[in-house]
Amino acid sequence: MTAMLSLDRVGVRYGNVAALNDVRLRVDRGDFVALVGANGSGKTTLLQALHGLVAHTGARTVAPQAAAQVMVFQRPFMLRLSVWNNLRLALWLASVPAGERAARASEALQRAGLSELRDRQARSLSGGQQQRLALARAWATRPAVLFLDEPTANLDPSAKKEIEAMLARFKDDGMTLVMSTHNLGQAKRLATRVVYLDHGHIRADLPTTRFFGEHLDARADLFLKGELTWDME
Amino acid sequence: MEFSAPWKITKYERCPLSAFAESFRTAVTLVLDADPVLWRTVRLSLAVSLSACVIAAGFGLAGGAWLAVARFPGRRVLLAVLNTLLALPSVVVGLVVYLLLSRSGPLGAWGILFTPSAMVIAQTILVLPVIAALARQLVHDSLRDGGDQLRSMGASPFTAAALMLLHERWAVATIMLTAFGRAVSEVGAVMIVGGNIDGVTRVITTTIALETSKGDLPLALALGIVLLALVGLINAGIGIAQRAQGGNLAIAR
Amino acid sequence: MGHGMKNLAGRRAVVGWLLAGLTALALPAAAQDKFIVMASTTSTEQSGLFPHLLPAFKKASGIDVRVVAVGTGQALDMGRRGDADILFVHDTVAEEKFVAEGFGLPRRGVMYNDFVLVGPVSDPANVKGQDIVAALGKLAASNAAFVSRADKSGTHAAELRYWKTAGIDDPAAKVAGKPFDYRACGCGMGPALNIASSTDAYVLADRGTWLSFKNRGNLGVLVEGDKRLFNQYGVIVVNPAKHPQTKTALAQAFSDWVVSSDGQATIAAYKIGGEQLFFPNATKN
Repeated sequence: MTAMLSLDRVGVRYGNVAALNDVRLRVDRGDFVALVGANGSGKTTLLQALHGLVAHTGARTVAPQAAAQVMVFQRPFMLRLSVWNNLRLALWLASVPAGERAARASEALQRAGLSELRDRQARSLSGGQQQRLALARAWATRPAVLFLDEPTANLDPSAKKEIEAMLARFKDDGMTLVMSTHNLGQAKRLATRVVYLDHGHIRADLPTTRFFGEHLDARADLFLKGELTWDME
Repeated sequence: MEFSAPWKITKYERCPLSAFAESFRTAVTLVLDADPVLWRTVRLSLAVSLSACVIAAGFGLAGGAWLAVARFPGRRVLLAVLNTLLALPSVVVGLVVYLLLSRSGPLGAWGILFTPSAMVIAQTILVLPVIAALARQLVHDSLRDGGDQLRSMGASPFTAAALMLLHERWAVATIMLTAFGRAVSEVGAVMIVGGNIDGVTRVITTTIALETSKGDLPLALALGIVLLALVGLINAGIGIAQRAQGGNLAIAR
Repeated sequence: MGHGMKNLAGRRAVVGWLLAGLTALALPAAAQDKFIVMASTTSTEQSGLFPHLLPAFKKASGIDVRVVAVGTGQALDMGRRGDADILFVHDTVAEEKFVAEGFGLPRRGVMYNDFVLVGPVSDPANVKGQDIVAALGKLAASNAAFVSRADKSGTHAAELRYWKTAGIDDPAAKVAGKPFDYRACGCGMGPALNIASSTDAYVLADRGTWLSFKNRGNLGVLVEGDKRLFNQYGVIVVNPAKHPQTKTALAQAFSDWVVSSDGQATIAAYKIGGEQLFFPNATKN
C-alpha cells in the first residue's frame, strides 16, 4: 500500500511542554484514521504535525500524491462573505482554474445539501450548517488528504449524523482522512484505523476491529472502559 | 474674507453658559444660511483630510497587515517605533514637512508649500502610523481566530493578512474613522505648512484658531460645533451602512 | 499547496501611489492665475486690512496675494528661506537688518498705524494720558499686571524700546518690594488681548487689532497719541539673488502699487466704525 504521509521520531514542544514525543505514524492511501485520547493527549498537535502547520523535530514525509491537503477545525472559520463566495475563495486559494470554480462550488453545495443557502451570509448559518459548509469547502478543492479536528464536538445529534454521512461518502470516493475525535462510537463507525494517544505518545495503533476487540495497553483499556474521559453514542 | 452672516456680536457676555448658547445658535445660523465662506472652508477641510486618509490607508493598511505576518530581525523595534509614532504631535509633523518643502529645503523645487497639497502630505504622515498600528493589531487578532484555517486552505501569510482586512471591513471602517477624526481635527500641521491663507489653505481648525485669537469666541465655538457635527454625520453614515449590509440576520458569530 | 500570486498587499500599495499622484493633480496646488506669497504679521491680518486692500490690487493687476500671517520674526525668517516673495511688516530696525544681510531689495515705507496702551478702565495704576514712557514707568511701580507678547514681533520690539526709554532694561525681572506682574505669553496680539481681558491686565496693542477685538471685557484705551507710539510699516521684495525662484516681478508690482497714489488712497479708505486705522506715508519714510 502506498504511504501518503509518515512521521518518524517527531516531537513538538510548546515552551517547556512536550505536546508530542517520539511519534511514529504512517498514513496510507484510503485510510480513515481516528485519533483518540483524553484532553491534552496531543491529538490536535498530531494533526497539525501531519498537516505541516507546526514546527517539529524529526522527519515528516509527504508523498507527491498527498500534496493537496485541507484541514477542517472544530469551529469552522468562515469569512464575512456569502456561502457562495466563501467557496469560491477556497477554490481560488487552491489554484483551481477560474473556469472550473463555479461548477465545483455548485457541486460541493449540492453534496452538502446547502444549495438553497448559497447567497446567505456564511456566518449566519447554524453550527451544523457551517460545518457542512466547511466540509463542502474542503471537498471542492479535491484534497488527497482531509484532516478533521473534532468536527462534530459542538453539534447536536442530527447535525452530527449529517457530518458523518458526508465523511463516509468522502471515504467511499477514495479520500484519505485523519480525524481526531472524543466520540468512540464515531471512531468505531467511520474509521479503518484507530490511534490512541496518551500524554503525547502513541500507545496504540490498530485497525478498528482489533482496537475495539482486544486487550491493549493498560491505559488504553482504562480509556475504553471509561475510567478516563469518554463519550459514546 | 469675513463671514457674512449678521450674527456678529460686538458685546461679549462673560457668562460661559450664554456663550455656549450663543455659539450653538450661531452654528445653526451659519449652516442654515449656507454661508459661502463656511462651506468653502468645510469643503477644503474635507478634501484635505479625506485625501490624506485615503492615501494613508493605501500604505497603512498594507503596511499594518504586512507587519502582522512578516518575520524579520528588528521587527520588535519597528513595532515599538510605530507605536511611538502614534503620539506624533501635529506641530512637529508640520514643522518637519515645512522644512522639507521650504524653498530652502530639499523638496523646495516642488513648490507646494502653502498649498493644500502640502497639507495633505502633512496629514498623511500624521495618520499613517495610526492606521498601520491599528491595522496590524486587527490582523494579528483576526489571524488568531482563522489564521490556521486560511493557511490550511493554501493562503500565504500575506494573503491571509489581506483576507483578514476584507473579513473585518467594518473594523477597518472604524480605523479609518479614527484616522479621519485625527486628521480633520488637527491644527498644528496644517497651520504651519498651509499658512492659513484666506481662501486657499484656511480650514475649519485654523479658522477656529484665528477667530479665537481675534477674540471672537462664540464664532470659534460655533465652528467647533460644525466640525463635530461633520464627524458625527460621517460616523452615523458608517453605522447606517453597516446595519444595511448586515440586513436583519444575526451575525457576529 | 498555497501560492501568493495575487498579493493583495502589493496591490494596495500601487493603489496608494496612484491616489497620491491623482490628489497632487486634483488639488489646485499651483493655480493657473498669477499669485505671490506675502509674509505679513498677525496684527496686520487681524486688523482686517487685507480683505480691503488686496482685492483692489487684484483688480488693478490681476495678481492674487496669498497672505501668510505670522509674527514679524517668523515673517523675516520666511523671507530668509525664500518661502515668501514679499514681506509686509512693521519693525523698521529688523527690516533694515534684513536688507543689509542681502535677503531683501531696499525697503519702502508704506503706512503707519499707532499703538495704544490698553488696560482696565478703572486704571488702578493711574497711567491715563498721552505719555507712553511715563505710563510704563508708573506701571512698573504699581501692583498691576501687564501682558507682553514676547514673540519677536514688531509690537514686542516697540514695547521693549518704550521700557528701555523709561529706564527699565528688563521689565520681567522681579524687583524686591515691587509687586509689578509682567506676563510674557509668547503669543499673538489677539491672544495677548484675551489674556489681558480675562485678568484685567494692561497690554500694548496696535490700534487695528484693538478696534476689531471683540472680547474686551473691562478694557479700554488709556494712553494714545504719543508720537513714539507710531508704528511704521514697510514692504520688502525678497532678493532674487538669494532665492531665484521667488516671483520677483509680481512682487515688485505689488510694492509699486502699494506706494502709488492708488494704493495709498486704498489704505486711507480703510475704516473700522468710521475710524481710519492706517495712515499712508509712502513718500516720506
